[in-house]
Amino acid sequence: MKARKESERMEKIKRNGRLGPSSFPRSFAWAEYGPALESISHAKIKPRYDLFIGGKWITPASGKYFDSINPANGRVLAKVAEAGEKDVDNAVLAAQEAFKSWSKTSPQERARLIYAIARVISERSRELAVIETLDNGKPIRETRDIDIPLAARHFFYYAGWADKLEEAFPGVRVSPVGVVGQIIPWNFPLLMAAWKIAPALAAGNTVVLKPAETTSLSALHLAEIIEDVGIPPGVVNIITGFGKTGESLVRHPGINKIAFTGSTEVGRLIRKMTAGSGKKLSLELGGKSPTLVFEDAPLYEAVEGIIDGIFFNQGQVCCAGSRLLLQESIAPKFITLLKERMRKIRIGDPLDKNIDMGAINSSRQLETIGRYVQIGEKEGAVKYQAPLNCPKDGFFFPPTLFTEVETSHTIAREEIFGPVLAAMTFRTKEEAIELANNTFYGLAASVWTKDVAKMIEVARAIKAGTIWGNGANKFDAAAEFGGFKESGFGREGGPVGLWEYVQIEELETGEATHLENKKAISHSFDLNGQIWKTPKMLIGGKQVRSESGRYYKIFSHDEKLIADVPLGSRKDIRDAVEAALKAQPGWSKSTAYLRGQILYRTAEILQSRFAELTQIISAQTGCSDSAAQREVELSLNRILYYAGWTDKYTGNVNPVTQTDFNITYPEPMGVVGLVSPETPSLLALVSKIFPAIASGNAVIAVPSEKFPLAASILIEVLDASDMPSGVVNIVTGKAEELAPVLAEHRAVAGIDFSGTPELAKKIEELSISNMKRTWTHEPKDWESRFAQGRSWMRKYLEFKTVWMTALS
Amino acid sequence: MSTFKNNVSETAGKISRNPVHRLDLDVLRRLQVDATGIYDRVSKIAKTRNPKKERQEIWLKHAVSMIDLTTLEGSDTSHRVRRLCQKALRPLADFPEIQVAAVCVYGNFVSEAKRALEGSAVKVAAVSTAFPHGQVALPLKIQETKALVASGADEIDMVINRGAFLRGDYSRVYDEIAMVREACGEAHLKVILETGELGEIQHVWTASEIAMQAGADFIKTSTGKIGVSATLPVSLVMLNAIEDFYLRTGYRIGHKPAGGIRQAKEALHWLALVKETVGDHWLVPELFRFGASSLLDDIARQIHHIKTGQYESYDYIPKG
Repeated sequence: MKARKESERMEKIKRNGRLGPSSFPRSFAWAEYGPALESISHAKIKPRYDLFIGGKWITPASGKYFDSINPANGRVLAKVAEAGEKDVDNAVLAAQEAFKSWSKTSPQERARLIYAIARVISERSRELAVIETLDNGKPIRETRDIDIPLAARHFFYYAGWADKLEEAFPGVRVSPVGVVGQIIPWNFPLLMAAWKIAPALAAGNTVVLKPAETTSLSALHLAEIIEDVGIPPGVVNIITGFGKTGESLVRHPGINKIAFTGSTEVGRLIRKMTAGSGKKLSLELGGKSPTLVFEDAPLYEAVEGIIDGIFFNQGQVCCAGSRLLLQESIAPKFITLLKERMRKIRIGDPLDKNIDMGAINSSRQLETIGRYVQIGEKEGAVKYQAPLNCPKDGFFFPPTLFTEVETSHTIAREEIFGPVLAAMTFRTKEEAIELANNTFYGLAASVWTKDVAKMIEVARAIKAGTIWGNGANKFDAAAEFGGFKESGFGREGGPVGLWEYVQIEELETGEATHLENKKAISHSFDLNGQIWKTPKMLIGGKQVRSESGRYYKIFSHDEKLIADVPLGSRKDIRDAVEAALKAQPGWSKSTAYLRGQILYRTAEILQSRFAELTQIISAQTGCSDSAAQREVELSLNRILYYAGWTDKYTGNVNPVTQTDFNITYPEPMGVVGLVSPETPSLLALVSKIFPAIASGNAVIAVPSEKFPLAASILIEVLDASDMPSGVVNIVTGKAEELAPVLAEHRAVAGIDFSGTPELAKKIEELSISNMKRTWTHEPKDWESRFAQGRSWMRKYLEFKTVWMTALS
Repeated sequence: MSTFKNNVSETAGKISRNPVHRLDLDVLRRLQVDATGIYDRVSKIAKTRNPKKERQEIWLKHAVSMIDLTTLEGSDTSHRVRRLCQKALRPLADFPEIQVAAVCVYGNFVSEAKRALEGSAVKVAAVSTAFPHGQVALPLKIQETKALVASGADEIDMVINRGAFLRGDYSRVYDEIAMVREACGEAHLKVILETGELGEIQHVWTASEIAMQAGADFIKTSTGKIGVSATLPVSLVMLNAIEDFYLRTGYRIGHKPAGGIRQAKEALHWLALVKETVGDHWLVPELFRFGASSLLDDIARQIHHIKTGQYESYDYIPKG
């Protein structure tokens, strides 16, 4: 209340001055800007657009066309073809055909062609900007200064990678994925097409792209450019249509990868549809990105950053800074400045060069925004809308600020995708971080402070793919972009963006080997005078029995009973995840050096159990002594290998076009579930656990169901080592029961699963609970040197890009 | 078009004058500026706040009414000053109703200028405090200021003690300004920060705040005598400082970018910058001035172009 009064007082001063309202009787009408309309004469919009398939313009099989509307006046701009299943099929076939030669086209030739696209976009930028503004409703200043130049920039950037893929993936063998299905949203139509197409072509893939139904035109004009510069027919196919068209594309068996940008809701559907299909997937989804303003922030610049953060593109930005977190000590003053700034926003005809905000893209989106604003008011937040003149025709919505918002309010939790800002306060840095992370999204965040140490600490603590230090909504082709948590996975931009468009042999070419037992039988096992051992599970640093008290029997290869092993249950998984969640932050914050030391020490202790491990492996599987010895030897090597990676795997400093200092570096995902194949029981388990923990994750591992005894020894080894409690948790039991619990658990960030294709499909379907990362491929040969490597470190990491303002 | 005439006297006395405040070092320590943000904002305004055609003509005419037409050369003579004053009285040949806000001269031409401008509302501003370097003892600065006011100067443009500022002696900077302010009496005080010598953009705010606390009526960017003069980013920081000061105290401080502003387009950017920050109320000669000389002629050429569609030559514009 006090804060509100203070803010009202300041607003009064601001408006009236000390001398009261009449201190300046003079009129300032002269100081209006007036209109500054961009000419549209150079933009040739056709009355009707067909599908671009196999280098030809094709009428849709159904003969159906739909209207594309200018959201600034509601009038029809053009008719656009609606692609049906048959058309999708044709497009995929064309892309498959083209892939044969395009994937073998020399990298230099591909680079030149991609470069040509960039050049022609730049040359036709005026025209493209106008088309984009007419079709999307966003202001010409944005299409002219951001969308179109940045689209060209992406083609330039990836043209430069096309001939140096080997350098982009040192120590890793890569090949193109094949035919890529790409589905893009309506908020940055041409730019999103560029984000998708440029890296795909650079890596040698062919593409079927579907733009959003409300904004097809710029992608179709891009198709013309692609045709004009001589990209071979079928390399890029553009099909237009609604969600149904997109679904046909996602389901098409000829597609090897889906890249999608859009809502988390649709992302979930796509994840479910592609489960078990083996299609590679990258998803860039929604967000509820926080902006943190500390009391030592450059306040005026922060106000401007918030204007850029939430009102840019009418707030229809996945990484829009829709949650404002203000330090209490400056909140009243800041809200005053912000409201004052909001009064100076110019909303209107998007073709006017002096306009900041244009139209909402569609009447449907306009309704959604209106509905959220009503909910915000109903739930008790206080609404402020600056007195601006919104045009009556077209789909316009005024910039809106909510104060006195609580974390439980709908407008503080759900993505609105409109110019609506929810402001809250915090007292301390710790609380700010906590509030910032109190969301199921993790796309971006802005942090405003002049204290560099605080800036870096907060940037590292926020679970989001992009952090802007003293800035907002900055993008560049050289800087990676993408989400944590339900904001999706995969990165676009930068060298990391290439990963999404290549197959990495080490990770993905293998067939599941899980059910084949090695057959050589050499000798039988007996207790040999030793004491009967009781294998345990490892949860939170304790060796425990199953919560349920159940166990299952393990027989030797010659069918002698050799142990009772705990049969883990849902509750054991629950406990293990809790333990991992507790341990992970500390583990990831400990120095890489320390993590390395602990891993080395673990190998040392494991070595002392060499004979026993060999014995147990051969007893269970019946493999030869030498085979078992080799497995243990390789496992030791693998632990040493990752121990050495802890302090070497790192990121890049990106040469972005802005003056910002820009870095991309890997961060652990958090808590990761690992499900091991049946054999090699020790080597596969070690191959998964150690890269995951080397990079700072905490894990819950489910070892080989049939041959768990090597894991039992590993449990004792870990318990005896300096590994902090909870970093590695091992739950024995049936993968069929345990893996789905991990896949569904919302606090688990990823799951690496080896097992039957049926179960793999189920795991991928269940992963939509929190859009966790899934890995269901495995190496052909776990003993091969390719069953380890840089790409395995990469697997359990996600990249964070941090922008920090600097002068050049 | 009569609104342009006698702009200054119309509202004179209606702005309550900023007094000398107590030096508040705590405030100075709280101010934070991020240079990148400042540059970004300026570039955004320059790209998206451009009046065109008739609107632009009106803006440019108002810009003329806010000019401190300046000559500050060692070679200045009485005749040169008289010619400048004639130009001040009729800056745009085709629009006799428009006059500039003031002429700005060295001290020994104050009486000459006063005579030439007699009966008009155009003010006479004189540079003081050993302009442009300010490297003389404080009593001399006071003495100089008093003499200028006595000889009829309406406005005093002083320079801050940059040496004291850079060695962190803020109270020395403050004291000098406050004492010169006292010496000004009724004459208005413009405080030149010489931002090109302050090293970094954060210092611009600090110096602005000190000047306003010490009773400045205007804060001015530059002397025009060093390489770097007025820039939009520096003005943006000063305008933010003015708004911040206004929010705390309720006093409106004026702003004067000076030096290097030569093109009509730049003047438009500055007006937009003022409008977008402190707001319309500052778009009056009492609160905003351009320190310039050749700017006027480029504005004349631009207005000609708007009115006729033809590009103008300097040959057709009487020299100031």
